Amino acid sequence: MKAVLGTPRFGGLGLLALIVGLAPLAFPNAYFYDVAVNALFNAVVCVGLNLLIGYGGQISLGHAGFFALGAYGSALLTGRLGLPPLAALAASAAAVGVLALVVGRPILKLKGHYLAMATLGIGIIIHIVLKTESALTGGPDGLSVDSFSLLNFTVTSDRQWYWIGGGLLLISVWLALNIVDSPMGRALRAVHGSEIGAEVVGVDTTRYKVFMFVISAVFASVVGSLFAHKNAFITPDIGSFFRSIEMVTMVVLGGMASTFGAVIGAVILTLLPQLLAAFEDYEAMVLGGIMMGTMIFMPKGLLPSLLLLWARQRETAP
Amino acid sequence: MTLLAVENLSKVFGGVHAVEDLSFAVTPGTIHSIIGPNGAGKTTLFNLITGIYTPTSGRVRFAGADVTGQRPFQLARLGMSRTFQNLQIFFNMSALENVMVGHHLHLDRRFLPSLLRLPQVVASDRACRATATALMEFVGLSRYVGAQAAAMPYGALKRLEIARALAAKPRLLLLDEPAAGLNATESREIDEVIQRVAESGVTVVLVEHDMKMVMGISDHVLVLDYGRKLAEGTPAEVRANAEVVAAYLGAPA
Repeated sequence: MKAVLGTPRFGGLGLLALIVGLAPLAFPNAYFYDVAVNALFNAVVCVGLNLLIGYGGQISLGHAGFFALGAYGSALLTGRLGLPPLAALAASAAAVGVLALVVGRPILKLKGHYLAMATLGIGIIIHIVLKTESALTGGPDGLSVDSFSLLNFTVTSDRQWYWIGGGLLLISVWLALNIVDSPMGRALRAVHGSEIGAEVVGVDTTRYKVFMFVISAVFASVVGSLFAHKNAFITPDIGSFFRSIEMVTMVVLGGMASTFGAVIGAVILTLLPQLLAAFEDYEAMVLGGIMMGTMIFMPKGLLPSLLLLWARQRETAP
Repeated sequence: MTLLAVENLSKVFGGVHAVEDLSFAVTPGTIHSIIGPNGAGKTTLFNLITGIYTPTSGRVRFAGADVTGQRPFQLARLGMSRTFQNLQIFFNMSALENVMVGHHLHLDRRFLPSLLRLPQVVASDRACRATATALMEFVGLSRYVGAQAAAMPYGALKRLEIARALAAKPRLLLLDEPAAGLNATESREIDEVIQRVAESGVTVVLVEHDMKMVMGISDHVLVLDYGRKLAEGTPAEVRANAEVVAAYLGAPA
């Protein structure tokens, strides 16, 4: 029993469910639900992105683009074509998946800085298209989005969004843990360890890299769709380069190749600006200082470093 | 009958002929060694056979099919696997997981069952874990079954690569200097492992500088010098060849 609870799949998921369930008790006001939903949404994106970056060792600086495409896809399909929100979400995610597949095949042959440049380019192109195709997207002025409804139920309050975001996070963490612990996930981690070593035992490395690129893009797209409905209004800036950087930073800060680390990174970086609001003009500097400090003293990221520290403590303790 | 046939193979790197018009054949069920001075083109030859480099000219045939220019993972599917002189271990994974990746081709890799972790995936994973553990025991790494690859000593990592390659169930196993950097005792242990691999029916092609090992276990020896074949034959024939002695082995002490 203890062994089962100790595994990430059950112990970690249970703990995460408990935290998500109990966190609202600590919310001082209704505004906090809004921040918490953003934290949950970011966490889901990061769980997906971590599969690519943390486990697969492949960088992407363009995922905000996929997020924005999901958001605009849902906004347009529900607003213009009158599709039900869930169908619009699925259709957008499928389209983003196909796009990621088409662009992923050529660019994932690149490595390191070149891959970073290519993904950066994709993100920027998407951002520019959303900004300039104003007939369709409303351009820089943005686009209003209908609320999310399923059958006869319409999601109206941030409180409801919180439970949707929480449920989605638990599902995505469960799926990510399953992927990582499957032959597919091991092949992906092997690609990170040694591409050539993986190839000679039969792993089609290109296929797995592209596959994870697609999966992580779909995660971002689904969250983008929900984000659009929740915010009721979107602008092209949700797909800006800075958003992409923010996503990568969350993954790296929380801990590469750690699903729960990605969640922690996303939550911390969403909440920190709120908590640092007291510093007013110096907010960005303090935030930057915290991030630099973490990377210098915990280069593996928050969660893996803390777990390592804990393991050492236990070893030295009598 | 041949398992692997190399025909007029050449590889040119910016004017340098790393391998030049080389032909030889490997008979199934044998240990075939390739020796030669440093820079003779042994590792280049391995990289050409296993699809890491594309030959400038010439052919590679494996089990009767022309496999020239195929990628390493395609060759692995046909039953070819290898180890590396400079280790290619997955240091971000545990030792056991390294071997489990080797078993990749023989596992249930469908997406949806993996995503939902259906019972058949759990069962297939458990079987894979058992196979990988058995292979680690086979190469003498029982004490590292629970270890992280990054925490293992060099000699053990050499064997871990052999276990990973064997997990792919190859018909042909290419070993690139498995004893390099090992002490005499470790060398002898590797020696035994290679012989047991050969006895289990896997054909072995071996690049090695440890002459005691090569002469002791090989059925056939190919000597390379400057990318060309200098001599070929049984260990005794090669040892008696005057040219080989001059280029590589040196006069007996």
